[in-house]
Amino acid sequence: MSLLEIENLELAIGDTPILRDIDLTLETGEVMGLVGESGSGKSMTALTVMRLLPHAARASGRVIFDGIDILAAPEDAMNSLRGDDIGMVFQEPMTALNPVKTIGEQVAEGIRWHTGANRADAEARARAILDRVGLPEKQFPLTRYPHELSGGQRQRVVIAIACALKPKLLIADEPTTALDVVLQAQILELLRDLVREDRMGLLLISHDLAVVTDMADRVTIMRHGEVMEAGETARTLSEQKHPYTRQLAAASVHVPERRVQAETEAEPLLQVTDVVKDYSIRRASLFGPPRHFRAVDGVSFSLAKGQSKALVGRSGCGKSTLARMILALDRPTEGSILFDGTELTGKTETELKPSRRNMQVVFQDPYGSFNPRHKVERLVAEPLHLIDPQPTSAERRERVAQALVDVGMSPADMDKYPHEFSGGQRQRLSIARAVITRPRLIVADEPVSALDVSIRAQILDLFADLNQRLGVAYLFITHDLTVARAITDHVLVMHEGRIVEEGETDQVFDHPQSNAARALVDAAPDLERAISRRLANA
Amino acid sequence: MSVETAPSEKEQEHWLRLALNNRSFLTGLVITALIAAMALISFVWTPYDVTDLVVANRMKTMSSEHLFGTDHFGRDIFSMIMVGARNSIAVAIVAVGVGMGIGVPLGCWAAARGGFIDETLMRFNDLIFAFPALLSAVMITAIFGPGAINAIIAIGIFNVPVFARVARAGALALWPREYVLAARAAGKGKALITLEHILPNIASMLLVQGTIQFALGILAEAGLSYLGLGAQPPMPSWGRMLFDAQTRMMVAPHLAIFPGLAIVITVLGLNLLGDGLRDVLDPRLRRER
Repeated sequence: MSLLEIENLELAIGDTPILRDIDLTLETGEVMGLVGESGSGKSMTALTVMRLLPHAARASGRVIFDGIDILAAPEDAMNSLRGDDIGMVFQEPMTALNPVKTIGEQVAEGIRWHTGANRADAEARARAILDRVGLPEKQFPLTRYPHELSGGQRQRVVIAIACALKPKLLIADEPTTALDVVLQAQILELLRDLVREDRMGLLLISHDLAVVTDMADRVTIMRHGEVMEAGETARTLSEQKHPYTRQLAAASVHVPERRVQAETEAEPLLQVTDVVKDYSIRRASLFGPPRHFRAVDGVSFSLAKGQSKALVGRSGCGKSTLARMILALDRPTEGSILFDGTELTGKTETELKPSRRNMQVVFQDPYGSFNPRHKVERLVAEPLHLIDPQPTSAERRERVAQALVDVGMSPADMDKYPHEFSGGQRQRLSIARAVITRPRLIVADEPVSALDVSIRAQILDLFADLNQRLGVAYLFITHDLTVARAITDHVLVMHEGRIVEEGETDQVFDHPQSNAARALVDAAPDLERAISRRLANA
Repeated sequence: MSVETAPSEKEQEHWLRLALNNRSFLTGLVITALIAAMALISFVWTPYDVTDLVVANRMKTMSSEHLFGTDHFGRDIFSMIMVGARNSIAVAIVAVGVGMGIGVPLGCWAAARGGFIDETLMRFNDLIFAFPALLSAVMITAIFGPGAINAIIAIGIFNVPVFARVARAGALALWPREYVLAARAAGKGKALITLEHILPNIASMLLVQGTIQFALGILAEAGLSYLGLGAQPPMPSWGRMLFDAQTRMMVAPHLAIFPGLAIVITVLGLNLLGDGLRDVLDPRLRRER
């Protein structure tokens, strides 16, 4: 008998069908990858197994876990299953932990509840499992609070909670999506080891085919609440029998067509010289000396007209800070930033106006980058504020319409609100906002990392296309090397505030010289490599 | 899987219906509307003239002639409560207006500028906060003399730091948002961004705080009038009516009961309205319910 058997599962919330005819089996000690794009129902499937569905949800079909009929089990029985025989790891380590309880309490809580152990025993077990997930007590005593840990360490605590009682089944819902590639590789490694040691079944939910290929023995591909294809990972993904599997695989390795860059011109568009940014942090004591954290440490580089350059690095390496200084949203502590021959540092807003017209920004979060209360026309037209003389309202509408057409949307979308659009469409809108003044530089801060792979492919195409048509230069900030490789010619590798390596994108990624670059390259999931590794091992 | 965080079309369209389904909002709205209507009607009509002293009718209990009875001068208590509502509401509205008018710009300014200006403004705020509001209001009216205008100023001043704090906290949470960064990248100044992006997004917070301060304003006005520092006779006010009633409480309890009830019901109504508004306007609370 399998550990988990899902047969013919149907789920509806209110009148909206969410899942249709889901079949899935998972053996003891097996890793099953559940892949799909947003809204495909993969998280709902996991929540059904935990029976943590929203109130209005109704499920039918058969879900058998370890001989127990989950859908019919009383709530008490489910409570003793959850956290004991089934553990769960969530995506967002920031919100999965209670900020007012110490990590020791949070790990011990489940142990005490399920085993009835006394406080001392539970704490001893908590200590052991925290040690196992890489948080030894010497450096990370049980009395630490979640805010004292980094994102990766928090995710380790979440894993410790889930695995404390050696569950038979571990469900991990996008466990590494909020982490950078190096941390992702570490967390995946930890999960793999834990699963092997304790012979757990692992249901790994992810939108990233490469991650799943690396981890899973078998894979189930979902779309619109239905299973598209299921089977052994390596075979399914190398044969790609189902058209949707093929589409998904193609999208995740998609490289937009681009002309090779013309040789760099003599005069650079952007010249960054010895830029330093210090943030002051709380003094050690009231009369102690002021303390600083150096986020960016003596960075210099230049960007030619029409060039597309990537800035890669782990989270917290200072790449976003650097971007904000280039956009003159933040003042550097030292150094100079020359944009098109004009110094940007130390200028007032009025003096910056002509430069601002020529550089725009695209952010990561397609949901957060628009004021929800304004219509598209007003949102996209925002940078027109920089144009002198101010365009008339007819001209404004015309320019907004043109910008919308530029990014592949319809001028009729002008009168809608941002919430009427999907994530990919919103990202198009924020690109429309960026190109409306016909800037010469666009700084894009992780512009595709919040998007599904197929949408990501389309947005990358759009970036490439705008680069060709409008000759706009890009500074692409990303931790995703696939994206950097797809869209840029040159790359800067940043580590702890410094640029540690720089060169042609392919050159750097194929033959990384610095440790930081090598760590990034080694940790980056790569679908093709993962498949061939799987096939070789089989 | 990314979760849709923005309000869906449905949610935005039906906030009004949501509001009408919210029991505390509805109750609060009805009570507040009734009190407001009473105050407005008193301008054109009251059952009796409140300046009519008919000593022969003094301290009558409730009857069909005098709904809430009469006071020690023979004035009709129902009429006095109607006119007193006018006074209470006017004082509270202007006091909240003063608090918002000064506090919100200050808070927004502090959030937009940050650093030294923020620190100075907020510490000054703390200074005002540190004084017990009612005591200081007593002090102000003691210096400048009693009267409705001075009561308004005194209550208004202590509303300023409340609104400044709420506005600053709301604005601080919005400044690092990406749409604000995008607006800055579009070259918009801090004042313009505050006007276009910050204020509309903190308006609901301020509205909720406004209803709560309004209720507190009514209480404070009643307190000041009780001490004889608010509206001066012959203008009736709820606080003054309570003061006049207290020595006669054993003989004619209705003298104290009705103005007291008026204050309690008004404050309750406004608090319910504020709670309801918060539930309706704050999408985060709404989702948690």
